[in-house]
Amino acid sequence: MSLKIILLAKQVPDTRNVGKDAMKADGTVNRAALPAIFNPEDLNALEQALRLKDACPGTTITLLTMGPGRAAEIIREGLFRGIDNGYLLTDRAFAGADTLATSYALAMAVRKIGSFDLIISGRQAIDGDTAQVGPQVAEKLGIPQITYAEEIRLLEDGNIRVKRRLERGIEIVEGHFPLLITVNGSAPECRPRNAILLQKYKYALTPTELQTSDSRFAALYTQRPYLHIDEWSVADVGADVVQCGLSGSPTKVKKIDSVVFQAKESKTFDSTDDAIESLMVELINNHTIG
Amino acid sequence: MANFYLDNPSLKHHLQHPLMKRIVELRERGYADKDQYDYAPVDFEDAMDSYDKIMEVVGELCGDIVAPNAEQVDHEGPQVNNNRVTYAPGTQQNLAAARQAGLMGLSVARRYGGLNFPMVGFIMVSDMIARADAGFCNLWALQDCAETLYEFGNEEQRRQFLPQVCAGSTMSMDLTEPDAGSDLQAVMLRATYSESDQCWRLNGVKRFITNGDSDIHLVLARSEEGTKDGRGLSMFIYDKRDGGVNVRRIENKMGIKGSPTCELTFKNAKVQLCGERKLGLIKYVMSLMNGARLGIMAQATGLSEAAYREALAYAKDRRQFGKAIIEFPAVYEMIANIKAKTDASRAILYETARFVDIYKTLEDIQKERPLDDAEKAELKKYKRLADAFTPIGKAMSTEYCNQNAYDAIQVHGGSGFMKDYPCERIYRDARITNIYEGTTQLQVVAAIRHVTTGTYLNQIKEYEAAQYAPELEPLKKRLSAMTAVYEEMVKHVADVKDGEYLDFHARRLVETAAHIVLGYLLLQDADRNPEFRRSAEIYVQYGATEVNKMHDFILNSPIEALGNYRC
Repeated sequence: MSLKIILLAKQVPDTRNVGKDAMKADGTVNRAALPAIFNPEDLNALEQALRLKDACPGTTITLLTMGPGRAAEIIREGLFRGIDNGYLLTDRAFAGADTLATSYALAMAVRKIGSFDLIISGRQAIDGDTAQVGPQVAEKLGIPQITYAEEIRLLEDGNIRVKRRLERGIEIVEGHFPLLITVNGSAPECRPRNAILLQKYKYALTPTELQTSDSRFAALYTQRPYLHIDEWSVADVGADVVQCGLSGSPTKVKKIDSVVFQAKESKTFDSTDDAIESLMVELINNHTIG
Repeated sequence: MANFYLDNPSLKHHLQHPLMKRIVELRERGYADKDQYDYAPVDFEDAMDSYDKIMEVVGELCGDIVAPNAEQVDHEGPQVNNNRVTYAPGTQQNLAAARQAGLMGLSVARRYGGLNFPMVGFIMVSDMIARADAGFCNLWALQDCAETLYEFGNEEQRRQFLPQVCAGSTMSMDLTEPDAGSDLQAVMLRATYSESDQCWRLNGVKRFITNGDSDIHLVLARSEEGTKDGRGLSMFIYDKRDGGVNVRRIENKMGIKGSPTCELTFKNAKVQLCGERKLGLIKYVMSLMNGARLGIMAQATGLSEAAYREALAYAKDRRQFGKAIIEFPAVYEMIANIKAKTDASRAILYETARFVDIYKTLEDIQKERPLDDAEKAELKKYKRLADAFTPIGKAMSTEYCNQNAYDAIQVHGGSGFMKDYPCERIYRDARITNIYEGTTQLQVVAAIRHVTTGTYLNQIKEYEAAQYAPELEPLKKRLSAMTAVYEEMVKHVADVKDGEYLDFHARRLVETAAHIVLGYLLLQDADRNPEFRRSAEIYVQYGATEVNKMHDFILNSPIEALGNYRC
């Protein structure tokens, strides 16, 4: 059997290597100072999608992302690794969306894409860490969801078996299509970009990017439809503008504090076995280790 | 999160050499593939952009996957079970990543599923992989056997095997035997043609075969019964799926432990003849070896790069007597020399790769259409240069990688002697580079005729005639002076008119030529990019001193002195 997979992915600021200028004076993220990357757990999700594609020839993977124009970069990153096409949801009216408005916009775009067997995404994005968008999309589409997936296997009866990584163990569940799966960071790393695909898709552009790109490749773009990355606006996906972006977001950020961790207390232990034992017990009890 | 391409700007510098325009134009046959393959470049800029982007992918793969696996691969190594090799888990992961990244048929033509990269690109990937894990570099770079299969195999064999290589099948070249090491004319593995099966069959033993349990083997065997020399040897292709070759054991080596070195037994193994009978050694293996030697130069350069980075990082970090040890002249001189030798190795590595690219591609074009006179002259010139530069490049870069690894440990002091730092692995891995694919001593044998016939001198004069930035003039003057000394040394030895005397001083003469060539190459690098100025200064200073030393030795060793050395 072949599957129709939609991958929800996000371009995020790389918050893993935060420097001094990562936050602006007003407490918001300084996106200009941080490189924009493919959200790490979405890459884990992409790898799972690609493995399903490897196992089921004929499977297609469509990447759907919402963001500013430059988020088309992650669609190209996906194309370099084996997805089939991508859509960029981009519109000023989408800006400032919280998880509710984001999942609304994504669900509308999924409806516009049409039929699918599986929606897959990373567990959460490293800029917000909410882990809400995937589940909310499933709810809005009225399909079942499996979260924290580490391994996905297609069964002979057409169902799917998923290994879930939970805090204190693993759980194995089964589900049937259509459904949504969010993938955990403990799942295998995404494969590298492929040299042939990279050369094939490196000039894949959105219509907006085409306007500012090297005109040498305009002819190529016309000849090769697979180089077209579609951009969708609020109107394109038939969304209600009030439910999008800032106006559709009940979450309001009141205040952000920059917290600097400082050790305030100190304890001294003797170098006896008993003292070390009590230190270990304390560290385990307060979940520092174990 | 390291990227071995982006963190090493000298790679981009070499990728963007002016000669690349000609190389890519030849390699791409005027960009003819663009209408047939959606991943073929449309013009030079497009091709260069793709190389750059793919090198970045390789850099990431090396930094994020291969390098972090290197220590564990070194500790665990491959295993043999039931006559088959199992790679270390890290090696398996590296191979899987290289396959997924589409890096297994890098230089193979697109019509067989490859990327059609020039040799410069292939070498650059080897350079980066060797820095990450020199042992894995062997497994990856053996795909270069595909080049020999392409060059000498027939179209049917190309169609059968090359797409497999591009899809990720591994390769090996089975040459060495217990009694045939440096002297391959002594190969005994028996090839007999079975009339009943209508195929060739191999029987016998091979030893020291790198990646000997590969999917596709090129095997040197004696097809002409009763012969004893190289003219009785032919080359064969063995497909592992046909069976008949077993791994008896793998060697327990000092370094490159991730790369299995196998003893193979051939029992009626079904094979195909590659090319013509009797040309196995005298034509095909010589070609194979030249490619392999370039590969080892890349491996050595990558190891030197790794040694440099380990030494530099430690010297900046380690504090003694109240300051970082890199502030002491004894330490910073060592590190500056490691860097200069690394840059010099890389300079001759890519210069040689460019020569190989031009002549090999012209040879290939010659199969499609007759070359015009200018192209014929171009082919001849670059073939001769490639032939001359391969042995000195291999000799110098592999000796330097040993010296650099040695000095990297010295910078680490006692800690470098412990298993805690990568420098000890680099040191062990480096040791084979000046031994296999022809020892340094054999490189000297291959190079000495270019001393006596003047290939090196002519090329040196060509470098000398080029224009350099005014601030580089003093260095150029120094290189000119070294050239005069070289000419005097060559004349002194030649005038004695004695073969043994020439052999005795051959290494000194070859090294002297090499110091001048490397000095000029760094001068060219510095002319194009000021970042190389320091290495050019340091290298010429070093080379000039070495040349004077060897000059002194030759002038003070009359032919009678050989008697003191003979056993």
